[in-house]
Amino acid sequence: MADKKLTVAKTGNEAMAEAMRQINPDVVAAYPITPATEIAQIFAGFVADGLVDTEFVTVESEHSAMSATIGAAAAGGRCMTATSSQGLMLMAEMLPIASSLRLPIVMPEVNRTISAPINIHCDHSDTMFVRDSGWMQVYCEDAQEAYDSILMGIKIAEKISLPMMVSTDGFIISHCMANIDLIPDEDVKEYIGKYNPKTWLLNPEKKITVGCLDLQDYYFEHKMVAIDAMRRAKGVIKECCKEFGARFGREYSFFDTYKIEDADIAILAMGSLTGTAKVAVDNMRRAGKKVGLIKMRVFRPFPADELARVVSGLKALAIMDRSDAMSGLEGPLAVETKAALYNNDTKPKIHSYVYGLGGRDVQISELESIYNDMDDLSRAKKKFDENVTYLGVRE
Amino acid sequence: MATLKELAKKPKFFTNGHRGCAGCGAAIVARQVMMATDGNVVVVNATGCLEVFSTIFPYTSWNVPFLHSAFENAAATISGVEACYQSLKKQKKYDKDLKFIAFGGDGGTYDIGLQSLSGAMERGHDILYVCYDNGAYMNTGIQRSSATPKGANTTTAPAGKVEQGKSQKRKDLTAVLVAHHVPYVAQTVVGEWADLTKKVEKALSITGPKFINVFQPCRLGWGYDPSKTIEIGRLAKETCFWPLYEVENGKYTLTYDPKDRKKPVSEFLKLQARFRHLFKKGNEHLLEEIQKDTDQAWQGVLKMCKCTNE
Repeated sequence: MADKKLTVAKTGNEAMAEAMRQINPDVVAAYPITPATEIAQIFAGFVADGLVDTEFVTVESEHSAMSATIGAAAAGGRCMTATSSQGLMLMAEMLPIASSLRLPIVMPEVNRTISAPINIHCDHSDTMFVRDSGWMQVYCEDAQEAYDSILMGIKIAEKISLPMMVSTDGFIISHCMANIDLIPDEDVKEYIGKYNPKTWLLNPEKKITVGCLDLQDYYFEHKMVAIDAMRRAKGVIKECCKEFGARFGREYSFFDTYKIEDADIAILAMGSLTGTAKVAVDNMRRAGKKVGLIKMRVFRPFPADELARVVSGLKALAIMDRSDAMSGLEGPLAVETKAALYNNDTKPKIHSYVYGLGGRDVQISELESIYNDMDDLSRAKKKFDENVTYLGVRE
Repeated sequence: MATLKELAKKPKFFTNGHRGCAGCGAAIVARQVMMATDGNVVVVNATGCLEVFSTIFPYTSWNVPFLHSAFENAAATISGVEACYQSLKKQKKYDKDLKFIAFGGDGGTYDIGLQSLSGAMERGHDILYVCYDNGAYMNTGIQRSSATPKGANTTTAPAGKVEQGKSQKRKDLTAVLVAHHVPYVAQTVVGEWADLTKKVEKALSITGPKFINVFQPCRLGWGYDPSKTIEIGRLAKETCFWPLYEVENGKYTLTYDPKDRKKPVSEFLKLQARFRHLFKKGNEHLLEEIQKDTDQAWQGVLKMCKCTNE
């Protein structure tokens, strides 16, 4: 049997664009924004070379990108767009409309901080700003995971009729090259299958009115259907991750763990930092410390029970947020993880960190010292004045 | 073109029973635009009066596929619907022939939706955008828009002790659309059903982006008896306050010429409460100014009719 494995070097953006080519959406509507620009640009090349059947709509803004994608998805197509940062902010009004109209749009999102001050580099402020928009959110560690997550995303989104954004860290993943294993075109085609929407605007058999005025007598019930879909999405994600693993040999879950089984202390993080953290874990292990890592992938729906189970046996946990919601509390991952643990009988001591805003790099040594601090915290040898530390920020 | 009798016998693609005001001009626009189609159309509507009063769940007035998503994006949304249709057709996944019509009020078209409209027109989608222009944000309670005429009393540019309503001229959106070099742009008015349906039929026979600006009396916002919607619409035409014309591939054609029967603009203004303060003593100069602006705009249209046909 011929080896069907195709290993190629691709940047995060190239990997996501390649997934889009293989998906061959009916419509893509997109507007350029650093660092996601390349995705639509590479895809435009596929259109120009006749490699896809897609109608590519070169809209005049991200608001229109999401509006056109919503129009196309409501019409009955498999539709995608891509964006970053301010682009996602401009789309914000349309995001809950996409989710509550139950449109399974899959959107690569390249994490970049939000203005002001303007800055093009990575943090998670953009996607965290829209974490309550009814979109499923997956944060990826590397290009391989982004590629796989986009393909899985199509399956998950269409099964549960909710949109999904799959994000990579701007520049760190989007512009850095790594070896990834591609799935052959025909296997992708077979995996995602044909899209058969249940209701669609162009259906000649049934004329529908979409986007009605819905008042006190019906709104709550209709909203409840969408809320319920997000609650059920966890089951669909689980099932789809399993199926993907069985088919292609790479199995994912709500989160991945690294050396967590016998760990006393751990770091919980998302995105590219988790790659760096694995090196720190290995260094600490060599020094005899029982440390581990939890890499959160799926932030929406928030896998509260599953996460609570994994961290409940730990002595101390550091939660790493690459955004600050300016809530006066902590970062969103910390706040939600703590909420998930509220009903647990046992829970670790927790300290949270906001790190890397505006693309500030994090060193392995900084993560090692966080592990050491957590070790001290677990032995009551250290106390923090605040619940959150802003890592490496100058006064 | 169909006769009025034939039109009246057509299936109702936009039905009665909606919750528009008595004498609502927007409902007449929707009804007559839909009458001019064969029903094989998809409608996208911007947030606004029309969408609100015609789609209150569990009812709908639309006997065609209908989509509303937000306020400022009807043109972008219909771009997506049309793109999907083109894509499915190209891939031989769909074989029905459809037309695409977007409706927006002057708020959703002149102001908050102008960028989206401009983008869709420039990209060349095969769509017809119909603006029902009642010259203010009526859905939220008669706030001024860039389509509000000079001197009109609105809730955000009210006539008071020192101000006399809106002090600025309205935007000439039809000219903005002409500047997009699209194949068909027209102005028409509620009350001239033949002119309106003819223009819609013509627009739908042309491939590419089309725009029709329909001047639409609003009995609540303009302040008149509901029975006078048609009369006031016709007066807008007869005074040349709202000239009727079309622009095909850049060529202007008048579709109504009053010749020597052009009425003074006060005939149109005096029936509406929003202009009542202009008729108070001391405001004669404002009426003169509005007449002058109207004449100037009318001469501009005549000039375009002449020079684009030379």
